Amino acid sequence: MCRLFAMTSDEPFSPLVAAKALDVMREGHDGSGVGLFLSDLSGPFEDLKDAPVLSGIFTSKGLKKLDVHMMELGFTTKYKVTIKAPKPAPPGVPQRDVYLIRAYEYPDEWHAYSAERRAFELMKVRLDLRGMGEADGDMIVFSFWPDAIMIKEIGDPLTVVQHLGLDRKELMARVIMAQGRQNTNYAINLYACHPFFIQGICTMTNGENTAFVPIKEYLSSRGFPGYMGYNSDSEVFAHILHYSTYQLGLPLEAYKHVITPLSDDEMGDHPNKAFLKQLRQTCRRLIIDGPNCVIGCLPNKSLFMVQDRKKLRPGIVGGRPGCYAFSSEECGLDAVIPDRDKSLDFQPMHLDTAIVSSDRQEVHICRQTQSLPQALCA
Amino acid sequence: MQADTIITPSTLCVKDLPWQIAWDKDKCTLCGRCAAACPMLALELAVYRKRVIQPPIGLEKTPENTFESFYGVRQKTNPDNACVGCGMCNLVCPNDAIMPMHSDEADKLRFHNNKGGVPRRRGGRRNDPEGVLDRIKFTRISMLTDPALDAGRHDFQLSTLLGRVLPPEENLKLQRENGWIPPVREIYPLIIGGMSFGALSPTMWEGLQMGVTYLNEEVGMPVVISTGEGGCPPRLLRSRFLKYVILQIASGYFGWDEIIHALPEMKVDPCAVEIKYGQGAKPGDGGLLMWHKVNKLIAAIRGVPQGVSLPSPPTHQTKYSIEEAVAKMIQSMSMAWGFRVPVYPKISATSTSGAVLNNLARNSIAAGLAIDGEDGGTGAAYNVSMDHMGHPIASNIRDCYLNLVKIGKQNELPLFAGGGVGKRGNLAANAAALIMLGASGVQTGKYVMQAAAGCLGSETDRCNICNIGRCPKGITSQDPRLYRRLDPEQVAQRLVDMYLSFDTELKKIVAPLGRSTSLPIGMSDALGINDYNIAQRLSIDYVV
Ligand code: SF4
Ligand code: SF4
Repeated sequence: MCRLFAMTSDEPFSPLVAAKALDVMREGHDGSGVGLFLSDLSGPFEDLKDAPVLSGIFTSKGLKKLDVHMMELGFTTKYKVTIKAPKPAPPGVPQRDVYLIRAYEYPDEWHAYSAERRAFELMKVRLDLRGMGEADGDMIVFSFWPDAIMIKEIGDPLTVVQHLGLDRKELMARVIMAQGRQNTNYAINLYACHPFFIQGICTMTNGENTAFVPIKEYLSSRGFPGYMGYNSDSEVFAHILHYSTYQLGLPLEAYKHVITPLSDDEMGDHPNKAFLKQLRQTCRRLIIDGPNCVIGCLPNKSLFMVQDRKKLRPGIVGGRPGCYAFSSEECGLDAVIPDRDKSLDFQPMHLDTAIVSSDRQEVHICRQTQSLPQALCA
Repeated sequence: MQADTIITPSTLCVKDLPWQIAWDKDKCTLCGRCAAACPMLALELAVYRKRVIQPPIGLEKTPENTFESFYGVRQKTNPDNACVGCGMCNLVCPNDAIMPMHSDEADKLRFHNNKGGVPRRRGGRRNDPEGVLDRIKFTRISMLTDPALDAGRHDFQLSTLLGRVLPPEENLKLQRENGWIPPVREIYPLIIGGMSFGALSPTMWEGLQMGVTYLNEEVGMPVVISTGEGGCPPRLLRSRFLKYVILQIASGYFGWDEIIHALPEMKVDPCAVEIKYGQGAKPGDGGLLMWHKVNKLIAAIRGVPQGVSLPSPPTHQTKYSIEEAVAKMIQSMSMAWGFRVPVYPKISATSTSGAVLNNLARNSIAAGLAIDGEDGGTGAAYNVSMDHMGHPIASNIRDCYLNLVKIGKQNELPLFAGGGVGKRGNLAANAAALIMLGASGVQTGKYVMQAAAGCLGSETDRCNICNIGRCPKGITSQDPRLYRRLDPEQVAQRLVDMYLSFDTELKKIVAPLGRSTSLPIGMSDALGINDYNIAQRLSIDYVV
């Protein structure tokens, strides 16, 4: 079972913090891979909040291909962090040419685009690059979005972070999500590593989603180009969240009603019963069947954690105003925020969504039996 | 020597029949119950003559012959009275003195049961015990990577939807705008398929309705039952139990006068309306209620004279195209109940199912599609239709589901599969396989007859006399002497038992697959089969 750690803090912190948290949870993952998502960036990226940032791994040939392609599209580089992988790579970590994080200036005509159009086009660019890379194996592209950096690599999390020297000023962020991978497939495809990202929405999961095939079939048939890939059964969690926020316009509080709807009994005299019943029927294909603990981040930088109905996976939230962390194991939390009031730690159960919004002042617990935000059920 | 009986081409001996009656003279006490119970009148009382040798005591006299006569039963060889192997004689015999035995070779009766130029008609089932459903295994078992669930302790949500489910975007928009959203029912995924009041005896029907009500109201399982063609008893139409009933309208429209008249007095809406275009057992063929069964009650409910055969035409006669059939009929039926009742068609599985499906998918109010495979049951049909016409359900439902996946409507138009579900007794496994192939639920009739009422029929042509109203168990007979054999209370109880055990078995299948929150519709990654071609055809795993 993969180990998960996410933190949101007023003070920017380094990916090394997350890697250390994963390291104390080491017995839970086999070190076969690590995935990092950084947002609310500080350092040089602080001033480039609106510029789309491309993150990926390239061979030298791939890099040239990328430059030509981006230039053709009219993107110009504003800032970049290139990590030339030191040689030799430690055992278990593949030797790569370049890890690239590059902020771009939009092409001129994009300035006239609506936010929606721009979001769509950014995604298209990422998918095109991914497609180009898959053909020749020279580019792996994880994200292309403002204020978002993703790094994924095979190997033990702490080793990878140290090897690549990710503990650097440019990569400090106020929101970091990290996953230590437990490989249950034989070949490791980097696209199968969590977290999964789409248009500012990012989730990571531990456990196995047994309803994967029907959900995948449903999402793929929505006609939205971003719903593709599915190298991991957990990728659908990010897409369901994307679908419910972007396509259906639902707030985060409704996500759990989509993936694990209440039964008739539980609905009892829920104030939004009529709405929830309709939602359960119409989104039936998106019901997950766990066992899963899902940690995610929304474009507004709020972090959240939900469990499936069976609540068979551990997951805990704790911290103090200004700094909260989400961890699949309590020891991960202890390692990073040892001085918190542990009596306020919260382990979401099968009806809860734990949310820490971008002000980082409290853990907001939303139970499915509570009424939903008013606007929804008009 | 000259035979003293007339031998014609259709004279048959007992050996020529499919079933031979083994009667044991020594055990028989001549109570006559077997002959009285035999629905085929296959037994006649017989007088036998026997030579007995009487050896005298002493040496003077030579032994003598005497002739004794004794009574017994004899099997008739007239094709009309051929034993059907039902075994009622054995059931009623106090001494175990009689039993039907299946012939050790293909019978010759089959060449002769077309007397008068009418080919054989029968009720029952397609006589082929094999089937693909039983070969499918559930191969994706949760163990260590994701803990398996406990079928006995976990909470399971095993209901399914019947009704047109709008895409989420549209549904939410209509909710905001207070628009019309098609009615959707949450029902138990095992539906009792259409067996009409007319095909079934009143006791059988009553028993099923009671059982369904008990399941809904006492057990909390939202089980529903389709009426089949032939209407619905007036009192049921006006009762609150109508909500557990799917009213079927077939091409004969039998009983619909009654239903339409009852509309203003209905306390509740029916669960749904099923428009029958076809039945898997005899695709492209209409319904048939033979005159034997059209008694006063049936005639009254159906609005026809007594004692005439009631064939329904193979199609709805007022419809000349699929657009009409689908759009008009669904619309007018929906309209009759103020668009509060899901209306969906039922067709026989055929290689043209996809065309029907495509049309339905484009019709925004079509509530689903029921597809009945070749193993579907029937009350009466020509033997040739039952045994040789039709399409197996597994590939048909799979094709239709994958078709929906392709156009992204797999959540929207529920598919219900029928035809041979549980024909070898594996009800839950067959149902689960069909669900994972893409069905939202399954329909079954024959299994219910067998489990709840003790139908004696088998896939090797046992009994199958449902059509002529002589059902030995009183299930498909309108003759009070026969249907009084069936106690409706017991049928209800057996039905409840059947559903409860189905439920346990279904959980025993889905729990190890790690599924409990929703019915695993389309979870094809869980399926495997040991035939490469079938695996390819169904897009499931090939396992050996
Ligand atoms: S088995 Fe049935 S049909 Fe045959 S003789 Fe006995 S009662 Fe009659
Ligand atoms: S027992 Fe009755 S219902 Fe069953 S096959 Fe015989 S006649 Fe038909």
